[in-house]
Amino acid sequence: MSEQNPALELRHVNKSFGPVHANKDISLSVNRSSIHGIVGENGAGKSTLMSIVYGFYQADSGEILINGVPCQIDNPQSSIEAGIGMVHQHFMLVDTFTVLENIILGIEGGACLSKGLAAAREELIRLEKEYSLEVNVDAIVGDLPVGLRQRVEILKALYREAEILILDEPTGVLTPQEADHLFRILDTLRKQGKTVILITHKLREIMAITDNVSVMRRGEMVAHAKTSETTRDALAEMMVGRSVLLRVAKSPAKPGETLLSLRDLTYVDADNVPRLKKIDLDLKAGEILGIAGVSGNGQSELLEILGGMRTPTSGSIRYKGRELVGSKAFSARNLRKIGIGHVPEDRHRAGLVLSFSANECTILGYHDNPEYNRGLRLDRDAMVRNCETYIEKYDIRPPDAYLLASDFSGGNQQKLVLAREMEQSPDVLLVGQPTRGVDIGAIEFIHKQLIQMRDAGKAILVVSVEIDEVMSIADRIAVMFDGEIVGEVSAEEATETRLGLMMAGVRESTTPEMA
Amino acid sequence: METFHIIILLMDATFRVATPLVLAALAGMFSERAGIVDIGLEGKMLGAAFAAAAVASVSGSAWVGLGAGIMASLALSALHAYACVTHKGNQVVSGMAINIVVAGLAPTLAYAWFQMGGQTPSLGGDARFRSIDLPFSDAAREIPVFGYIYADLISGHNILVYLAAAAVPICAWILYKSRFGLRIRAVGENPHAVDTAGISVDLLRYKALAVTGFLCGISGAYLSTAHGAGFIRDMTAGKGYLALAALIFGKWRPVPTLFACLLFAFTDAVQIRLQGVELPIVGVIPVQFIQALPYILTVLLLAGFVGKAHPPKAIGTPYIKER
Repeated sequence: MSEQNPALELRHVNKSFGPVHANKDISLSVNRSSIHGIVGENGAGKSTLMSIVYGFYQADSGEILINGVPCQIDNPQSSIEAGIGMVHQHFMLVDTFTVLENIILGIEGGACLSKGLAAAREELIRLEKEYSLEVNVDAIVGDLPVGLRQRVEILKALYREAEILILDEPTGVLTPQEADHLFRILDTLRKQGKTVILITHKLREIMAITDNVSVMRRGEMVAHAKTSETTRDALAEMMVGRSVLLRVAKSPAKPGETLLSLRDLTYVDADNVPRLKKIDLDLKAGEILGIAGVSGNGQSELLEILGGMRTPTSGSIRYKGRELVGSKAFSARNLRKIGIGHVPEDRHRAGLVLSFSANECTILGYHDNPEYNRGLRLDRDAMVRNCETYIEKYDIRPPDAYLLASDFSGGNQQKLVLAREMEQSPDVLLVGQPTRGVDIGAIEFIHKQLIQMRDAGKAILVVSVEIDEVMSIADRIAVMFDGEIVGEVSAEEATETRLGLMMAGVRESTTPEMA
Repeated sequence: METFHIIILLMDATFRVATPLVLAALAGMFSERAGIVDIGLEGKMLGAAFAAAAVASVSGSAWVGLGAGIMASLALSALHAYACVTHKGNQVVSGMAINIVVAGLAPTLAYAWFQMGGQTPSLGGDARFRSIDLPFSDAAREIPVFGYIYADLISGHNILVYLAAAAVPICAWILYKSRFGLRIRAVGENPHAVDTAGISVDLLRYKALAVTGFLCGISGAYLSTAHGAGFIRDMTAGKGYLALAALIFGKWRPVPTLFACLLFAFTDAVQIRLQGVELPIVGVIPVQFIQALPYILTVLLLAGFVGKAHPPKAIGTPYIKER
C-alpha cells in the first residue's frame, strides 16, 4: 500500500435501475487525507454512486479500488470492513437507544452486551478526545439536537475504524453555525489522516471546505477540479450544463397595502405542545416575505394554519381587514376562493395526488370552478387544455397532460403545483419550500416566477429552510425559532451570520449589533 | 383465616390462568419489538394446543406433545414470517389468516383423526403435565402463613407454570442485556439503521418470529396438556388477543407485561369465584356480566388508563430498501 495510491478509486462504474441509467461510466479518484466534494443536481446520481461504494447496491460493471487494491463490496458489512463509513442524509440511528447502544449496534463484541458496552465506552472517550467530538454517550439519541446526532453518526463510523468517511448532504438539517462546526470537525479528520467525501448540492460548502471537487450531471461525471482553481459560477454551470443565475436579479419591492395580518397567533398541538407562540406578522401587497428557520420550529404549522389546514388555538388572522379565524371562510377550500393560494411544503402529502394524472392534479382545489365542469361531470377536455397551457408556460417535462404525477421528477411536480396555484392569480400566495428537491435550473425559473408575481402586486409568503433561497428572493426576512418570530430583517441588512444566530434562537438586542 | 384461604385460592387460580397469557405475551413481545405485528398469537396457540394434545394422546407422553406443539407453532410463525418479511405482506391480514385457518383446520383434523366431534381424546397419566410438589412442601404446611403460602400457592403447579415464571426474567435479560435483544429492539425502531450496520433485517426478523413461535407453542401446549386434558374446539377463547392486550398494556416491556397478565388472570379468577355468590347490597350479579368483566377491564385499561404507549416505531411496516 504505497502513499501514492488514492484512498478510493472508481473505474468505469455503471449502474442501471431498469431503463434508468443512474451511473454512466463513472471514474473517480479520491486522495488520502483530503476532503473531496461531489456536487450535482438532485437525481444526478451522486447518492446512487455512494450507495454502490457503501455496498447498498452492486454496480453492473466497473471496479472499486481502495488504497490501490481492487475490492469486492457486496454489502454494507464488506464496505465497513474495507474501512468505509457513511453518514446518511437521514440518520441511521435508533432514537430510543443511548448513544453508546447506537454506536455498538452491529459490532457488539459478543452475545452478552455488558462487556462490549464497557469496552466501547473507553474507546469512545478516546475517540471523542482525539477528534474533539464531545457527546454524552449515555444520552438518549432521540433527545439530542440534530447537530449532535450527526456527531454520533460520525463517531459510529470512526468506531468502526473507517478511513474513508462519506457524508451525504450533511448540512441539510443544520443551522449555518452548526454547519461551520461540522466543517471544523471534518478539518480535524483530514488533519488526522482520514479521507472525507462530501456529497452536496450546496456550492457554498464545496468552496468552504473541500480540496477537490467532482461534478455529476445526469448520471455522468462531467468534471474534476481543484477547488482552489474553480468558482461557484463555473461549478453551477457544469452542474446544469448551461449558465445559470444563482441569484435572480430583482428590482426593489414596492410594498402596498397590508393584505394579511396575524396577531398573537398561537397553536397548541394534540400532544399539548405549543407550536406557535403569539406570532405577529404583516404581509403587504407587492412584497415577498421570507420565513427562515431550521425545520421543525413552527414554520410548517404556520403555513398549514394560513392554508386553512389547521385551526389556530387562539389569535387573529385578518385578510383585507376581515377576520378569518372562526369565520366560515376559514377552510382550505374557501381560502382559495377568496384569493389565498397555497403551495404546500410537502407536495407528496398535501400538494398532489401521486396516482392522479397531471391534468387532474392541476385542478385540485379548484375542481369546482365552472370552467372545469360540464353539468355534473368534469370537463376532461377543458382540464387537459388547461394543463397543456401550464405545461407550455412552466416548461414542465415531459409535456404530457395524461402522465401520472408520480412519473414526473421532483422539480416538475413542484412546477405542476406552482402552476396550479399561480395561474389562479391569488392576491396572497403562500409557498412552502418552493425549491425542495428541485434542481438548480428549475430553481432559477421558480424564483423568477415568484418575483414576477410580486411585481404584479401580489403578496407572497415564502417559508424555506434554505437560507440562500430566502436571502435571494425575499424582501423581508422573519426568522422562526421554537414557535416564535425571533427577529425580522430587511433583505439588504440580512447576512448569513445574522440569520444563522437568529435561527439558533439568539435574539438581537435593541442595541446595534457588533458585527 | 377464611379470607386468607380464599385469597390463596384466588391467587392459585390466577397463576394457572396467567401462565398461557404470560408465555403468549412474551412471544408477542419478540415479534412486535422486531417490528412485526402479531395478531396471530391466538392461532398459533390454538394450533399448538391441538398438535400437543393429538401427539400426546398418540404417544402417551406430554413432553413429546409439547415438542409437537412447539413445532406446529414454529411452522405457523414461519408462515407469518414468509408472508410478512420475505414478501412484505400486510401483517394484520397474515395474522388474521393464521387465526382463521387454524380455527377451522384444528377441529377438522381432530374430527378426521379421532372421530370425537372435533376434540382429541381425554389425556391422562403421562400424557398430561401433572402438578409437582416442591421439596418440603408437606413439612412447610405446618409453618403458619409463609409455609402455607409455600405449600399451597407456590408448590403444586405443573412444570410449565414454573417455566412461564422463569421465562419473564430470562426474556427480560435477552431483550435488554444481550446482543440479540439489542438488535431486536433496533430493528423494530429503525430497520434502516440495522441494515446500514451490516446486519440482515430479514434474517433478524425471522429469528425473532422463531422465538415467538417457540414461546407460543409452549403456551398452547399448556392449555391442552397441562391446564386442560385434551383439545377442544376454540379452547384458546381469545387468550391470544388478551395476551396481545397485556403486551400493549405493559408497553412492550416484560415485567409490566407480566403484571398485566396477572391482572387479567386475577379478574378471571375472581369472575369464576363470583358466579352465583350473593354480594352485599347488589345481590347476585348476572353470570354473563361477571364473565364479561375481564374483557370490559381490558377495554377500559387500553382505552384510558395506560397512558400514552409508544409502540416500536417501525411496527407494521415491511422493510424495503430505499433507492
